[in-house]
Amino acid sequence: MIHFVLLISRQGKVRLTKWYSPYSQKERAKVIRELSGVILSRGPKLCNFVEWRGFKVVYKRYASLYFCMCIDQGDNELEILQIIHHFVEILDRYFGSVCELDLIFNFHKAYFILDEILIAGELQESSKRIVARLIDAQDSLVEIAKEQASSLSNMIAQVTK
Amino acid sequence: MEQLKTIGRELAMGSQGGWGQSKEFLDLVKSIGEARSKAEEDRIVMNEIETLKRRITEPDITKRKMKEYIIRLVYVEMLGHDASFGYIHAVKMTHDDSLLLKRTGYLAVTLFLNEDHDLIILIVNTIQKDLKSDNYLVVSAALTAVCKLINEETIPAVLPQVVELLGHPKEAVRKKAIMALHRFYQRAPSSVAHLLSNFRKRLCDNDPGVMGATLCPLFDLIAADADSYKDLVISFVNILKQVAECRLPKSYDYHQMPAPFIQIRLLKILALLGNGDKQASEHMFTVLGDIFKRCDPSSNIGNAVLYECICCVSSIHSSPKLLESAAEVTSRFLKSDSHNLKYMGIDALGRLIKINPETAEEHQLAVIDCLEDPDDTLKRKTFELLYKMTKPSNVEVIVDRMIDYMISINDNHYKTEIASRCVELAEQFAPSNQWFIQTMNKVFEHAGDLVNVKVAHNLMRLIAEGFGEDDEAADSQLRSSAVESYLRIIGEPKLPSLFLQVICWVLGEYGTADGKFSASYVTGKLCDVAEAHPSDDIVKAYAVTAIMKISAFEIEVGRKVELLPECQSLIDELSASHSTDLQQRAYELQTVLSLDARAVASIMPSDASCEDIEVHKSLPFLDGYVQEALVKGAQPYIPQNEQSGMANISNFRSQAHHVPSTHGLRFEAYELPQPPVASRIQPVPLTASKELVPVSETTYPQENVRAASVPSVSETGPFELKLQLDGVQKKWGRPTYSPTAPSTSNSSSQKAVNGVSQLVQGTVVSQTRNMPYDSRKPQVEVSSEKQKLAASLFGGSSSKREKRLTSTSHRTSRVQTHAVEKSQMPTATVASTEHAAEKAPQPPPLDLLDLGEPTPGDTIPPLDPFKQLEGLLGPSDVSSVASSAVSVSKSSDIISQYAENPMSAVGGTVANMAPASFDYINLLSGLPNLANRDIHGGSAATHVAPVKKGPNPQDSLERDALARQVGVTPSSTSPNLFSDLLG
Repeated sequence: MIHFVLLISRQGKVRLTKWYSPYSQKERAKVIRELSGVILSRGPKLCNFVEWRGFKVVYKRYASLYFCMCIDQGDNELEILQIIHHFVEILDRYFGSVCELDLIFNFHKAYFILDEILIAGELQESSKRIVARLIDAQDSLVEIAKEQASSLSNMIAQVTK
Repeated sequence: MEQLKTIGRELAMGSQGGWGQSKEFLDLVKSIGEARSKAEEDRIVMNEIETLKRRITEPDITKRKMKEYIIRLVYVEMLGHDASFGYIHAVKMTHDDSLLLKRTGYLAVTLFLNEDHDLIILIVNTIQKDLKSDNYLVVSAALTAVCKLINEETIPAVLPQVVELLGHPKEAVRKKAIMALHRFYQRAPSSVAHLLSNFRKRLCDNDPGVMGATLCPLFDLIAADADSYKDLVISFVNILKQVAECRLPKSYDYHQMPAPFIQIRLLKILALLGNGDKQASEHMFTVLGDIFKRCDPSSNIGNAVLYECICCVSSIHSSPKLLESAAEVTSRFLKSDSHNLKYMGIDALGRLIKINPETAEEHQLAVIDCLEDPDDTLKRKTFELLYKMTKPSNVEVIVDRMIDYMISINDNHYKTEIASRCVELAEQFAPSNQWFIQTMNKVFEHAGDLVNVKVAHNLMRLIAEGFGEDDEAADSQLRSSAVESYLRIIGEPKLPSLFLQVICWVLGEYGTADGKFSASYVTGKLCDVAEAHPSDDIVKAYAVTAIMKISAFEIEVGRKVELLPECQSLIDELSASHSTDLQQRAYELQTVLSLDARAVASIMPSDASCEDIEVHKSLPFLDGYVQEALVKGAQPYIPQNEQSGMANISNFRSQAHHVPSTHGLRFEAYELPQPPVASRIQPVPLTASKELVPVSETTYPQENVRAASVPSVSETGPFELKLQLDGVQKKWGRPTYSPTAPSTSNSSSQKAVNGVSQLVQGTVVSQTRNMPYDSRKPQVEVSSEKQKLAASLFGGSSSKREKRLTSTSHRTSRVQTHAVEKSQMPTATVASTEHAAEKAPQPPPLDLLDLGEPTPGDTIPPLDPFKQLEGLLGPSDVSSVASSAVSVSKSSDIISQYAENPMSAVGGTVANMAPASFDYINLLSGLPNLANRDIHGGSAATHVAPVKKGPNPQDSLERDALARQVGVTPSSTSPNLFSDLLG
C-alpha cells in the first residue's frame, strides 16, 4: 500500500502532498523535512529507493521535480517506479508537456488526477485512456457550468443596462 | 444592482480559461515560489492565513470566491501550516449542488481531515445523498471521499449504498465502490465480513479496470486466509494467461507490456495461494514460465513483472525449471549497471537462497560489490541478504561488517535494527565465547541505549546459563572472559546505561567467582561506576546490588569483608537518597554485612541465579496471622470474583473491548459506573527489588524462598519483583494475571546444539577471522581481496566451492587470482598470513566514477547541494524582477530566440547547463519543430517517452503568455519551472 505521495522541487519546496495513512500535521512536516533531506542529497546514479523508518520510499526525478511514494516493506519498488511514471505520463497528456509550473498553479487539478489513479493507497486504474476520459468528463461538466454562468452574466448585464 | 454586477463579472471570469484563479492567488503562489528562505515563506503564509481568516468569514461571499479560498486553504495546508479554521467551510462546500464546487469541497476535506476528525459526522449525510445521485461523477466524487473519510463508526451509514453501487452501470463507479469496500475491510474486517462474496463476483466483471481493482481486496483476503480461496487458483491463472497474451484492451498496455500492473497483482496473489501447496502451484507453472519468456527485459516495467515472478516462484512449491529462469533473471539484475536492478537482484537472491543456498555462490562478487557500494540503500539491502545467509562458518565476517557499518551511520532507526540483528546472529552462531562477549561489547558500546532492553536481559541470561547445560567448564570460562572484558571496559567514559547494567549484574554475580580478581578490586570498580553516574538511579541500583552480592559471597566463604572507604561513603550517600529504592538497597547492604555466614548463605547463595524460586502462591506463611486477625473479629477475605458489584468485571471488560468492533452508535443506557478496578501492578524498575524478600524472610525464616536476585536471569522482565509479587497478586490482585513462564528450557537446548556445532566450526573458521576488508588497492589485489571476502562469506573453506568460485566468477580473467586461491586452498594459515599482510583497515573510498557520469537517460547533471543553495541565495535572485521585465520583451521574439539557441530544444540537460536566460525551453520543445528536434535531439530522442506530446502547442504558448501576464516569469532561481517533466 502507498502511504503517501510527495512532490518536492529540487529546492525542497513542496508541490503536492497526499496522505493515505493518517499523519498529524506535525508528523507530516517532519516526514517532509526528513525525506527531502535524504532524497535531494542523493546522487543521480544511485537507487531510486530509500529505506526509511521501516518503510521504503521510491522516488524519481523529473526535470526539477521529485516524485516520491512511500510503500510497505513487501511492495515491489519497480512497480511503484512505474506507477510514478504512469502518473507523470497522464499529467503530461493532460497539461500538454507538463512542467513544474503547471503543477504549481493547478495543484488542485493534479490532485483530481491523482484521485483517479490512486485510491486509498492502491492503484485503481492502469489505463491512461480511461483516466483521461474520466478527467475530461469532469472538466466538461465544469465547462458547462461555466457556459451557464456566462450566459447568466450576460442576462445580468442586460438587466442592469 | 452593484452586487449583481460583481457577480456577473466574477461569473464571466470563469469562462476565460487559463488557470481561472484570481490575481491575488497567483501572486501568492508566485511570492512563495520566490521566497528565499523558509522563514520568508512562513511569513508569507502567515499573512495569507490572516487574510483568509478575515475574508472567509465575510458575509455574502460568492461561491466562486469561496472555492478559491478553499483552494488557497489547501495550498496553505500543503505547505505545512494549520488551516483548521477553514475546515468547516470546506465541509459546507461539499453540501453544494454544483458538481464543480462539490468536487472542490470533497477534495479539500479529503486532504484536510483524517478519519477520526469530528467534522466527518457532518459530511456523512451529504455523502449518503451523493451516493444516490443520478450523476455518476457526483457518485465518484463521493466514493473518493468515502475511501478517505469513513471510519469504523460511520461505515454502517454508507455501507448499503456502497454495496448497491457495485452494480452501477458505470465501470468507474463500480471500481471505486470496490476500493471503498476494500478500505472498509482494512478498517474493520467484521463490518464487511458478510459481503466478501461480492469481491469474487466482481472478479468476473466485464471491465478490466474493475477486475484489476478487485484484485486489491482479494489480495488482502487471501493473505489473511489463503485456504478459502484455493478454488480461485484456476481462475487467477486463466486471467493471468489472458492478460499475458494481450487479450485485454490495448489501452491497458503500458510501454508495450500488456496490463503489467494487473499481472503484478495476480502474481502476488498466486504467490500466496501457491505457498506450500503443490497442487495449486502446478497449475501456475506453465503461465509463470510463459511470463518469464514474454517479459521484455529491457524495460523497467518488464523487470518489475519479472521481479514479481521471482517472488512468486520462490514462494510457491518449487519447480526446478522455473527456479532456473528465476536465477537467470536474478543474475541479470545483479550484473546490471542500474542500481535499481542490482537492488532488486539482491532482494531476489535473498528469496532464492531460502530454497537453494547454492544460488548465492555464483554471485558472490556481485554481492560484495554491492556491499562496498557508496549507495546506502544498496548496502543495507545487501546486509539484509547477508543476514539471511549467515552460517556458523561466516558469522564472524558478517557480524564484524555489520558492526562496522553500524558504527558509521547516524540513522537511529536502522542502527537499532542492525544492532538487534548482530545480537541475534551472535547468539545463534557464535564460534567462541570470547568472540561472543567481544561482539556484544561492541554492539552495546556503539548502539548504546538503542539496543532493546530485552537484548540486555538475554545476554545476562546467556552468561548465567551458558551455551550448554552440561559443559560447566565452558560456562565458567564464558563468565570469566565476560568478567575480564567488563573490568577492562568499565572505566571508559560514556558507556550506555543499559550496558552498565549488564556489566554490574555480571560483575556482581561472577566478579569473584573464578578467584582471579579480589572482591575489593571489583567492589572498587563498582563504586566508581555508581559515582560516575550520579544521575542514573538504575545503574546505581545495579551497582549497589552487585556490591551486596560480592560481599555476601565473601561472607559465605568465611572471609572478612572490609568495606572500602569509597564504598562506605556510597552507602551513606544512598541511604539518604531521594529514591526509596536506592535507600532500601543501601540499608539492606548494611544489614547483609552484619549477618553471619549461615544467614547470608540462605538469602544470597552464590551462583544460584539460574535456580528457580519456590513460590507459595497461597502465601501459607501468612495463615497464622490471618487466623489471629479472624479471631480478633476481622472480616474474612472474599475472593475478588465473588465480591458484589465486581462480579461481572471481566465480563464487562471483554464487552467493552468488543464495543469498537461492533461499531455504530449505541443507544442503550450507559452501564452503572464501576467501582475502581485495582489496576494490575506493574513491576516498576525502581521499586522492584529483591530487598522486599529478605524482610519477609527474616519474619518467616522457615520459608525456603530464595533471595530475589536469583531469578532475575530466568525471566525476560527487567526485575525479579514480578515473580516475587506473583504470589501476592494471586491472592489480592485481579484473577487474570498469570506469571510468565520462564522460557529458558527451549532456548538453552537450542544453544546446546549450537554449542556443539560451534566447537566444530570454530577451529575451521578462526583463520578467516582477521579478514582485511576494504583495502582497495591496485585492481588485481582488490579482486583477490574480494574473492577472499567472498570465500569467507560464502563458505569458501571447502575446496570444492573454491573451485566453483574461480569457474563462475565474472572476474576470472585475472591469472593472479587463481594463484592466490591455490595457495589459499591447501592451508588456510598461508592465506591468513597473507591477509594480515594486506590488512589495511581503511574505509572504502567513494567511487567517484559512479557519481561523475551522467546517464543518457538522465537529463539532470549531478546534483550539487551547494549549487542549489547558490541558486536560492545568490544575487541573481535579487534581480529576478528586472529579469522578468527583460524576459517579457524577449518573449515577443520566441522564434528568433529559438534560432539563436537551437540546442535548448534538446531538453533538460542543456537547459541546466545553459545560462539561465533560456526560459522557453519547454515551450519550444512544444513547437512542432520536429525536424529541428531530430537534428539537435539526437540524444534526447532516445528517451522521449512514447506518448502523445502536448495535444496542442498553442496551449503551451497561451499558458506561458498568461504566466507572463500575471507576472510569473521563470526567474533565474527556477529556470526549471518550465522545463518539461518528461523531456
